[in-house]
Amino acid sequence: MLDFYNIDSLLSEEERAVRDSVRRFVDDNVLPVIGECYVEGRFPKEIVPGLAELGVFGANLPEEYGCAGLNNVAYGLIMQELERGDSGVRSFASVQGALVMYPIYAFGSEEQKRHYLPKMASGEIIGCFGLTEPDYGSNPAGMITMAREQPDGSWVLNGAKMWITNGSTAKVAIVWAKTNDDKDQRSIRGFIVPTNSKGFRAKDQKGKLSLRASDTSELVLEDVRVPADSLLPKSGGLKSPLMCLTQARYGISWGALGAAMACFEEASSYAKTRIMFDRPIGGFQLQQLRLAEMLTEIVKGQLLCVQLGRLKDRGEFTPQQVSLAKRNNVSIATDIARETRRLLGANGILAEYAAMRHMANLESVYTYEGTHDVHTLILGQSVTGLNAFGA
Amino acid sequence: MKIAVCIKRVPDMESRFRITGDGKTVDETGLKFDMSDFDGYAVEVALQMTEKLAQGEVVVVSLGPDAVQEALRKALSMGAARAIHLKTDRVPADGFAIATALAAELRSGGYDLIMFGKHAMDSMNGVVGPMTAELLGLPNVNSVSKLEVAGGRGTARRELEGGAEILEFPLPAVVSIDEGIARPRYPSLKGIMAAKKKPLESKPVQLIAPRLEATRTELPPDRQGGRIIGEGAAAVPELIRLLQTEAKVL
Repeated sequence: MLDFYNIDSLLSEEERAVRDSVRRFVDDNVLPVIGECYVEGRFPKEIVPGLAELGVFGANLPEEYGCAGLNNVAYGLIMQELERGDSGVRSFASVQGALVMYPIYAFGSEEQKRHYLPKMASGEIIGCFGLTEPDYGSNPAGMITMAREQPDGSWVLNGAKMWITNGSTAKVAIVWAKTNDDKDQRSIRGFIVPTNSKGFRAKDQKGKLSLRASDTSELVLEDVRVPADSLLPKSGGLKSPLMCLTQARYGISWGALGAAMACFEEASSYAKTRIMFDRPIGGFQLQQLRLAEMLTEIVKGQLLCVQLGRLKDRGEFTPQQVSLAKRNNVSIATDIARETRRLLGANGILAEYAAMRHMANLESVYTYEGTHDVHTLILGQSVTGLNAFGA
Repeated sequence: MKIAVCIKRVPDMESRFRITGDGKTVDETGLKFDMSDFDGYAVEVALQMTEKLAQGEVVVVSLGPDAVQEALRKALSMGAARAIHLKTDRVPADGFAIATALAAELRSGGYDLIMFGKHAMDSMNGVVGPMTAELLGLPNVNSVSKLEVAGGRGTARRELEGGAEILEFPLPAVVSIDEGIARPRYPSLKGIMAAKKKPLESKPVQLIAPRLEATRTELPPDRQGGRIIGEGAAAVPELIRLLQTEAKVL
């Protein structure tokens, strides 16, 4: 696998061991089936027990909750390897770990943590994360899902959530809702909602041309009543779900590199073996330019991620730094996938090759977890101190 | 059941190899290393055996410079209980020197079984296991595809061309393991974390004077381009002539 700048020398033995173990798992269990799953529009749920046994879910959370207790660089390398398989597989792990286990860990009560985290690490409980709504994507503060506290302390939730990864597979949903009729974003709280609650429906979103090997669903909550202890007690305001997104975006920065690396490997091996005009197409300057650009961007992305991970491990990273990495790495991965598809000529449109699958997947990754454009504005605001967002 | 598994750290065999300046050996610069494949099978078999019996321990042993500790820790992360590093400045080409050092370490260990991979992926000698057995005076079965132990005796199956051989032997014994016997587990992430806390004892050993020395290592020659000698049936006599006189395969 590509390591042009000896990035391995920046990693500890343990970080490399984690990466290599997940790499082998993906080689053996994801790559052989993923093309077919993609065409069939099916998430390969048969790999979930293996992923759980390996310990990838919430791998950077503490051992006392049944997790692996890894540092953030090792966690990032896991995301890289999973997305080298497919963005849908990495999304599954991102949602389970960063968007469901993390908020329970960060905002949950001790009882909630002890109850849910070990079962989620072992894959016994799969979760999903409900923040985005049909009319509130880049503007989550505008959400209209409401949770009303009842006299007996229980809560009644109403609203709809959209583009929810794992939505139809999940046993529990972390649902974000406003708790005050004044519609103030400061009233946003998180709830652990069992998906078999009365009034809760999940509907598979049909017709996707991207992330086809992933469950994407719409959630509808109609007078869903949950007990008082469903509330994540330490959640409060939009900041809470945004903290989850920062965790997930961090993983995506690494994951996108995995997809880019898979494409680069495919492009370089194809360029060396595909004969046209009596010589390998890799001997033509146009293809060499493609490969040189891909290589350069991947190396830059790798260095970005390692440093970001080290900062995160020291507790020094900022959401703006994560925005820069997510924005850059997903963007270069999208370009690399497209250029790989082109280098492969007509073969590049086949599911037998990974390029077009990654290319289509990465359009979703480009759009979710803060669109490329939103991250541009976050960085713009960071540089100028001026807010260029809509409101 | 106390099992020792002797493992070797070898380069990833899919690497592009270069030869050192003196022409004697492989240049290790930039190579990635891992536990030899057959040794991985042996570790897996040993772990399954102690897990099935719900008792005993698996001890992994490797000889070489500090870098071999990475392979030892991989075995620990798979589930081995502890590791012994026999520290030398290099891995000698003479398998007898290795076997002598291993036998000295293993003799007093009280092992019921001593396991090896059937050969290392790099040197492909397959001699260290049998030599160690001989030095320890223990029965030895090689290239084992199935292994069972009960009542102080072992039963091993060996695949032969078109058949198989079943052998019985008393414990303690030395066996070397063939592929296909068990699929090595993925080191779990928790296992990798736990491996850091498991005992890894590093002890310097003095190798006996080697009786073999690698004088030269060669890469296979570059493949030559093909040659078209004609088309259809008319080309056959010439093809046969060349296969007889030039390629000398007929």
